[in-house]
Parts: sequence; structure tokens; C-alpha cells
Amino acid sequence: MPRPNPLEDGSRARRTGRHRAGSWLSALESEAIEIIREGVATAARPLMLYSIGKDSSVLLHLARKAFWPAPPPIPLLHVDTTWKFREMIAFRDRVAAEPGVELIVHTNREGVHAGVTPFTHGSDYYTEVMKTVALRQALDAGRHDIVFVGARRDEEKSRAKERVFSLRSPTHQWDPRAQRPELWNLYNTRIREGESLRVSPLSNWTEADVWRYIAAEEIRIVPLYYAAERPVVERDGQWIMVDDDRMPLDPGEVPEMRRVRFRTLGCYPLTAAIESDAATLDAIIAETLAADQSEREGRLIDHDAEASMERKKREGYF
Amino acid sequence: MPPTLRVVLCGSVDDGKSTLLGRILHDTRQVFADELERVAEDSRRHGTRGDAADLALLLDGLQDEREQGITIDVAHRSFETPRRRFIVADAPGHEQYTRNLASGASTADLAVVLVDARKGILPQTARHTRIAAMFGVRHIVHAVNKMDLVGWDCGTFESIALACRVLAEEIRVEEAVTIPVSALTGDNLTRPAAEAPWYTGPTLLDHLETAEVAQPAARRPFRMPVQYVNRPNPDFRGYCGRIAAGAVTRGDRVLVSPAGTAAEVESIVLWQGTRESAERGDSVTLTLRPDVDVARGDIIAAATDPPEVADQFQARIVWMGDDPLAVGRRYRMKLHTREVGATVTRIRHRVDVSDGGQLAAAHLELNDLGVVNLATDRPVPFAPFDQSRELGGFILIDRATNATVGAGTITYALMRAANLKWQEFDIDAEFRARLKRQHARCLWLTGLSASGKSTVANLLERRLVAEGRHTYLLDGDNVRHGLNRDLGFTEADRVENIRRVAEVARLMVDAGLIVIVSFISPFQSERDFARNLFEPGDFMEIFVDASLEECARRDPKGLYARAMRGEIRNFTGIDSPYERPGRPDLRLDTEKLSPEECVEVVVKSLAFT
Repeated sequence: MPRPNPLEDGSRARRTGRHRAGSWLSALESEAIEIIREGVATAARPLMLYSIGKDSSVLLHLARKAFWPAPPPIPLLHVDTTWKFREMIAFRDRVAAEPGVELIVHTNREGVHAGVTPFTHGSDYYTEVMKTVALRQALDAGRHDIVFVGARRDEEKSRAKERVFSLRSPTHQWDPRAQRPELWNLYNTRIREGESLRVSPLSNWTEADVWRYIAAEEIRIVPLYYAAERPVVERDGQWIMVDDDRMPLDPGEVPEMRRVRFRTLGCYPLTAAIESDAATLDAIIAETLAADQSEREGRLIDHDAEASMERKKREGYF
Repeated sequence: MPPTLRVVLCGSVDDGKSTLLGRILHDTRQVFADELERVAEDSRRHGTRGDAADLALLLDGLQDEREQGITIDVAHRSFETPRRRFIVADAPGHEQYTRNLASGASTADLAVVLVDARKGILPQTARHTRIAAMFGVRHIVHAVNKMDLVGWDCGTFESIALACRVLAEEIRVEEAVTIPVSALTGDNLTRPAAEAPWYTGPTLLDHLETAEVAQPAARRPFRMPVQYVNRPNPDFRGYCGRIAAGAVTRGDRVLVSPAGTAAEVESIVLWQGTRESAERGDSVTLTLRPDVDVARGDIIAAATDPPEVADQFQARIVWMGDDPLAVGRRYRMKLHTREVGATVTRIRHRVDVSDGGQLAAAHLELNDLGVVNLATDRPVPFAPFDQSRELGGFILIDRATNATVGAGTITYALMRAANLKWQEFDIDAEFRARLKRQHARCLWLTGLSASGKSTVANLLERRLVAEGRHTYLLDGDNVRHGLNRDLGFTEADRVENIRRVAEVARLMVDAGLIVIVSFISPFQSERDFARNLFEPGDFMEIFVDASLEECARRDPKGLYARAMRGEIRNFTGIDSPYERPGRPDLRLDTEKLSPEECVEVVVKSLAFT
């Protein structure tokens, strides 16, 4: 019996993405909708984290589908570090203006007053104060019991081990050694006062799934994902976009215009762009399938230390 | 063919699961360069392969795992090839394996069980295979790994393959194949092994890409558990859920279970529109005509073939709690979208996962597997797990800690609560007892073999009859000659033995008799089960007490001697426990009292109650 060489087939598949993706996308969609409905059906004060990125856009779209013709009965929370790309904030404000969307924006004011910035305090401390602490403040204020997030298991190794409904202590900590077994589609939503659940409807999606779904459903995303000429500087081999004049330039450093796009979006000084010509969804999908670097490679905070993500999550970041 | 194949990967510690998955990901180019770089770095620090990249580290995502070189928790990893999309659950093989494996298997279509070619089928291999099958996996692949270490010897592989086939036949999965591989070198994972020209079957990846695991569920009658009632305004009421079985078309007649209300599907609502039909796996919103009352936890089902409804079940359970499963304790049970209170009324037996044998058990510990009777507070719609994972799988949640402490599968309903009704008759138990001028009740004599139960029972009955009472004596040995002739001495049979005797005693008490039961009945749970069948005051637990040494000395039938020689297995007091009654209604110390004195004690206490 002749056997095909899967190695060759595999590499070709990644480059062309020639799949009939429809059936599995609709299975992933049905699963995600089931998870969102289960969370909302059992929650007292549900919330959806909205980071403005592509995964958030997909999550919001799924929530709309889950509850149509009603608007999603879930407010969105954006933790604004004040260092997001300007295009992200503009996009966020357009989404917030749409009917049926309730958006809460929270910023850690103490952090702002203390002058904490990614340039002055290092990415680790900055992330802790402006993201982790800020998030805890907002969650405590709203006493939210179920918090939807756009996390995917393919993003990072510790996430691959996390449950769809993931328990957080009253201090928002994740204990990887005390996770509840999760069987079938039977999610245990019982929690005690003060505890909460982080719910990840996109757990089983991959980066490519997200892009294919965005294309199939014509979901709007921040234009920064598409390649365009943007002002950037090169630092440690990565392209950092100069989004506003708060960015201190080293002596002799001059922003140059390059054709770049972002695979992942965060705070602009901590998110690197990649050089790319992909200006359409088809081109992005092709590029994603052919990529030999992981998505989070452009996230500077992940490189701080081995297991940094797990540690951040134990502390309450996601 | 399903859009995605869900695979659970299992095997003992050191069989090389993570290495195998890491290798497949690497060889199908699913690993990014920066990930590989980090693995190389991790390998130098924690790896087990010297300076070569330890591909297992691709999967071991938790810091503790990398540092200890073990896998703690189930990892889910997605990858795709030209032919299929995969989600692989990598289930750890050491401590906690049962619960992690059960979790991984619960959503899997296919299980890959690793076997070390040098060791062959271990008890652990059989365990993993059995647990995977119990949680619904119908397709098994035994991947005989480390073939490079046995020089790709055909004979070694063939003898292991034979043992795998025997195991697979016994647990009756749909398909079982055995493939020789080397996770370390990648041979027969994604490319054929040059060293094994004798092997003509598919590589592991070939098999995974082509395995037909589609369920015939589309032909089953329509079932949709209601997750959420969507009611944005008075004009719209939609029932949201994911279709668990069959298909639905606009205009179909449906029944809302358990209420049994009939309606018609008015529309199948989707994002910005409606559609004509939907099938298993689809998340949809239905509106019904007329607008009947439906709540979360109800099942909307085909009107011609609605689901069974019951409140008593036989089920298989894997225990996942740190505290053992307590018979009689109330847990929360989540079955599809319904949550009810549930109690395990008795443990029929524990399953020895190595050989499938039935073992005596008074409780189930962490990672134990058992067969139990389960009672729910309210009747629930369900399907046996064999027919539907979605409607027959459940979890048990501890009411105090909210931990998920058990997972189970419904085998069948013990009583069809919806169909069986208790008939009320004019002549009742009290009337029949009054006619006989006595207080009908059950006197349950428990104690070790040779403690004196039969002697006391015999004298007691003679004494009661002499006083003009109407009695009946049920004796353990005698009952086995007739009513319970079909039962052996396994734990399950012993439990069934007791159940029948208790039910017969209850019928006789209902008929107005004083029933004396003389039965070893070693477990408190069994005696409590019997007590629960009776009205308070109609059941007396009488402990006929003599020390084991004394009973063994008396040994009128020579049984203790034989048991101690190992000729009789599961003999109470020798290799099977006797649980002394905690609070019996009466205790008769036959080492101090004569049989006649014992009868006096019983008769006296009867006069007072």
C-alpha cells in the first residue's frame, strides 16, 4: 500500500490552508455559543473582558449570536492602561456606540498618578500595576462571578492545561494544581462567595481558526492587523511602532516608515509589529498558516522569564 | 467523518506520551521556531535527553511539570493536517490518572494508549483502555512504543498485539488497532519505519487521519436540553440549547420533558434570521407554538419518541473527591443542563480496573471506579450513556466545597418512575396486623458466621408462636436454596441477595407478620438499606455478638477452618470485613448469654415497643 508522506503534506497544508474549514468552524462556533450560554445561565453578574483585539471581536460576535434577537446580557470591560494604540481606542469607542453594547472602561488611577509607564518602570512592573491590579480593581468593584475571556489553549503552554471554566480565588488567583476535573460539556459553575470563574469559549480554537472565522463571518477588526506603512523603530530585533509622542527615542533613533502589521495587539510599547504585505484577510490567513514564529512572539511581556505566563496567571493576569 | 477528531492520549509514566505528541507536532510542522528555541533552552535545563531537544517539554506547560519532568494535568493541543483537524488531550499516567484520563476521554472520539514494547501490556495499560471505553471512547489504538529499543522485533510486537486484541474484544469497543512506533525517532508516527518491513499497516498519523468515528446519532430521535430561556420582550420567547441527538425541522411535533407538554416547532432562530432545520451539535434557539412553559433543564424532544424519565438509576462512577464517596450523602448532580440533588443509595461493587473484576466495597476512594445505585430528588429526563453521551453522562458536586467529586454514566433506570405508580388498596398493613393482634415488624439478626444467629432465631420463633404470634423466619442459607439460587458470592451478588431478602421481609411485614431475618449482613450500608424500607419502629437491628476467635473456635460447619486454608474466598471475618453495627437496637452477647437468655432479652424489648 503506498503511503503518502505526511511531512510533505503537512508543510503544504500550512502554506496553502486548503481545507474545507466550514464544518469544523461551525462546530467550534456551536461549542463556544454553548459555553457562553451556560455561563450566562448560571451567573449572577457576568462580564466579558474586551481587549479590542481580534479574539475579543470574535467573542463579542459569538455573544451576539448566542442571544439573538436579544442583545448579549453581558457588559464588556476594557482595562485601559492609557498605552493602547490610538486606533484601538477609536475602534473601541465605535463598538461601544453600537446598540446593545454596554462597555465599562477602567483605568488604575493610582498607577497613573504614580507615573507608572512601560518606559520608566519596566514591562513587568508596569503590567502588574496597569493591567493585573487594574483588572482586580474592576472585578472587585463589580463583584463579577463569571468573566468571559478570549483565551485559547494554543496560545501558550500553561493555557493548554487550563479548564474552560477556570476557578479563581477571592484574590483572583489560579491554582493549577487544584483544577476541577472537566468532563463532557458539563461545566461546574458552583462557586463560593468571592470566588469567580474565568470562562474561555475559544479554548479549542487556534489562531488560524480565529482568522478563518473573522473572514467567514465578516467580523470587523482593528485596522492595525492589516499591513500598512507605519512609523517604527527597531529595538532588540523587533519593530516597535511610534504611536504617539510619549515614546522616548534613543539618541540618533529616527522612526522610519515600514510596511508592517500586528498579529496580536496590546500596549503599543510592548507589542512588536511584523513586516508584512498582508493587507487582506486571505493574505493574513495565508501568512498565519505559513508562520514559523508563534503569535505571542510579538508580546514583549512573555519573554520576561520562563513560566512568566503561568506566574502572571497565578497572580490574576490573563 | 467528523470535522475534528478528538483524541485522548494515555499510557503509564515513562511510556513516552508527551514525547510522542511532541514528535507528531514537530514532524507535521506544527511547532513554531520560537517555541522550539525555548524547548531547546528548557531541554538544557530540565530535559532528559542531554543536549538534544526534549520534545516532551513542548507539552509540559506548568513550571512544576518542567522541573519535575512529569506531566501533571491534561493538556489540550490542536493541530491540523491536510486531511483532518485534531484536538489531542494528553492525559498524565501517574497519580490522579483516573480522573485526568476520564476528563480527557469524556470528549474523545478515539484513544491512543501507549504500550512500552519492552514491558508489554501492564495492568496500567488495561486500566487506561477500560477507563477510556467506560467514558465513551469506541475507537482504541494501542501504540507499541520504544520499538527501537527492542530492535523492531516482529515477534515482540505480534505477541503484544495479540494481547491488545484480547483486551479490546473483552471491553467491546468498535475498533481496535495496534501499531508499532518509536516516539523518539518518529518511526511509524508520521512516516513508515524503514526498520520494520514486516509491518504493512498504516502509520499512527495515517490511522488518525482516516479513522471513521462518525456516530449514527443523526438517525436518533431529536433531543435538545434547554440551556437558557431567551425572553428579551413579551413578544419573543426562545429556548436556547445545543442539539444532543437527531435533527429538527420547522413544524416538527415536539414534547417538553419531563412535563410531557406537546407543542410544535414554530421557528429555528439563528443570527439575524431563521432556518429550516438543524441537527446534532448545532447551538440553536427554538420558538414553540403554542408558547408552552419550558425551563432550563427541560428537554425538547421528538413527540413520537420522548426520552425516559426516572429518579432511580444504576450508574458507573469514577470518584474524584479527596473524601470518599459516602453512601446516603446528598450531592448536586449535573446531568445535561439539569441540576438536582442526588444520593448514592448503595455501592453495588467496586471495579478492579486491571481485570474488570467486581470487588466488595463499602465506599469509593479517590480514583476508584464503581457501580452504584443512584437516587435523584426529582425525576429527570435522560438516556442511557451507551445511547447518548450528552444525556447519560453526569458529574457530582460536593455541596459544601463545590468541588467536582465524581463523574458517572447512567447504565439504566432502576424504576421507570414515570410509568410505575404505587397502587393504593383499602386493606393496609396496619389492618392486617390488627387482625393478627400483633405489631408486625422485622427483627434483623446480624453477626458473624457461628455467632449464634440461627440458634437464637429458631428459639425466638418457637417462643413467639407459643405466645400465639404469626411469624416467619428468613434464613440466609435457606433463601439461597430458592429465591436467591441464581446468586453467587461476588460482592454484587451478595448485595443483591440482601436486597431481595429485605424486600421480601418488607412484603411479609406488610402482610402482618413478625419476620425474623437471620443474615450475616456484614455491611452497615446494607443494613441501613433494609432499615430504610420500613416504617420507623417496624425494624429492629439485633446484633448477635461473639468475637471472631470465639466464632472460629465454635465453627460448627467447619467453614472458618476452610477459609483460613484459603479454600473459601471472601469469607466474612477472614478475608472480607464485618462492620460491627454502630448503634444496633439490641446487642446480644452470646459469649455471656445463653440462647434462651438472648430470647428473653428480645421478647422483653418487644413488649416495651
